[in-house]
Amino acid sequence: MNDDGIITVSDLHKVYRVGKIEVQALRGVDLNVDRGEFLSIVGPSGSGKSTLFHIIGGLTPPSAGRVSVDGHDLASMTGAERTRLRKKTVGFVFQRFNLLPNLTARDNIAVARHIAGMDNKPDPRFAEVLELLGIARRLDHKPNALSGGEQQRVAIARAVVNRPAILLADEPTGNLDSENSEAVLELLKDLNEEFGQTVLMITHNPDAAAYGHQVVHMRDGRIAEFT
Amino acid sequence: MRSLLSFLLIGVPVTLILTLVGLTHGMIEDFQERQRGTGADIVVRGTNAASAITFSGSTLPEGFTGFLGKQPHVEYAAGVFTHPIELPLTVTGIDLNQFAKMSGGFNYTEGGPFQGSRDMIIDRYYAAQRHVHAGESIQVMNQSWRISGVIDGGKLSHIFVPIRELQKLDSSTGKLSQVFLKLDDPKNTSTVIKDLKQKLGPDYPILSMEELTSMVNVNNIAGLKEFTWVVVGIGVVIGFAVVCLSMYMAVLQRTREIGILKSLGGSDQFILGIVLLESLLLGVGGTVLGILMSFGAKWLIRTFVPASIQMAIVAEWWPIALAITLASAALGALYPGLSAARHDPIDALAYE
Repeated sequence: MNDDGIITVSDLHKVYRVGKIEVQALRGVDLNVDRGEFLSIVGPSGSGKSTLFHIIGGLTPPSAGRVSVDGHDLASMTGAERTRLRKKTVGFVFQRFNLLPNLTARDNIAVARHIAGMDNKPDPRFAEVLELLGIARRLDHKPNALSGGEQQRVAIARAVVNRPAILLADEPTGNLDSENSEAVLELLKDLNEEFGQTVLMITHNPDAAAYGHQVVHMRDGRIAEFT
Repeated sequence: MRSLLSFLLIGVPVTLILTLVGLTHGMIEDFQERQRGTGADIVVRGTNAASAITFSGSTLPEGFTGFLGKQPHVEYAAGVFTHPIELPLTVTGIDLNQFAKMSGGFNYTEGGPFQGSRDMIIDRYYAAQRHVHAGESIQVMNQSWRISGVIDGGKLSHIFVPIRELQKLDSSTGKLSQVFLKLDDPKNTSTVIKDLKQKLGPDYPILSMEELTSMVNVNNIAGLKEFTWVVVGIGVVIGFAVVCLSMYMAVLQRTREIGILKSLGGSDQFILGIVLLESLLLGVGGTVLGILMSFGAKWLIRTFVPASIQMAIVAEWWPIALAITLASAALGALYPGLSAARHDPIDALAYE
């Protein structure tokens, strides 16, 4: 296990129980991600990439093995501790944007700051991020008044507002056309290059995966190869 | 839409509670005001008058009026005869001149005093309730009466007829229900009562006006307090059920949003707090609507049965109604709130 990595995963196993059947979602994954790295994870459905994403994001505990995110040992954490980890250490971007429909873009971002207990702390870097994302003038609109690309930019803004150690993006271009997909990928790349944001991105799209410094190929709950 | 329906459903029991309390207060205040309107200081009642609002048939001999009028410090005595009709309404038989001297007289808004034995004087509330005016005829006690005058309210009864006619109809000629005494100085009230009790013995309830009006309260009307608490209990149950159902629906509808908040680091307490806050807001909105609807209930009562039923707006019960609603809302939110807090974030995010 490399202690220099912002994410270190060692012999990670995850078993789901569906009724009486046990499903081995991860069967011994080892992974090291350095700070400031942009890593793409690809693989067919059922390969375990989403499970890996959920464990690294603290959404579900591992069944066995070790996982460390920014120095936090997730394997030994309680549910409440993982919840605290999600406040500031991890930012999520989802395929379906997952914005709160009744709130404006500004309030969607503010909710993340509120939950993290950072309501009234101005952040000059975040103003730069908003400029970079190109949504500064669309912040007072609700999600249903925004295009898919704009919604995903708001979701990215929400994910990075608390300056998380890692940004986890699950198929961030899955619901976008090619033009918007390219724009979102460029933004993730800019966030990575200009602000040193560590990005872990799951994708089916080989073109999208090529934005990463490294591509991890998963199959049958294991890492098949690095490219 | 769900919130509006919840406001309405929470508002209905609030209105029920406030209307019941308003009716209790309104009818008691009306009774007290009408008793004070006689101008009397002391009331001597019949031997079978069990409580302040029980009307003793007619057990006082008419001669009592003269006897009582000659007692020390008694300036004037007026006997009345009371006949209950549609409770709480009564027809009161009076000697108009005698009663006018006692009470200061009626203020006629229409017509004037009795002209004949089958004349009736009613107050403007009963006139509004029966849609009648001076000069018209009305059926009361299966008898036809001519409305000789309509007066302002607040003088003992809503309906007056000549005492001799009422005594005759009730086969109680020469009998009275109550005798009102006006003293030379109200400070002599206790002295006169003590003196009368010695002379009349323990069979005749003799009460100062203050005693009579204070006896008519929530605690002295059998079962009223308990009935009020039963209605409050029903309000709590309805409020609890409405909020529980409404918030359970809300939690189901917002499963995905709950997942989003959890992915952002929202703790179980944070999620529970949101559900609780929304249910408390429903409670506040429902209470406000319930208060507004209680004004509507008062208007309906005032419009259709102003003489039979009086309703007061009892603002002191607003915070009580709010507290009852908020307690029900908090209880009702507990199960949906805990259910929301326990959602698995991954399942919630995948919810369609």
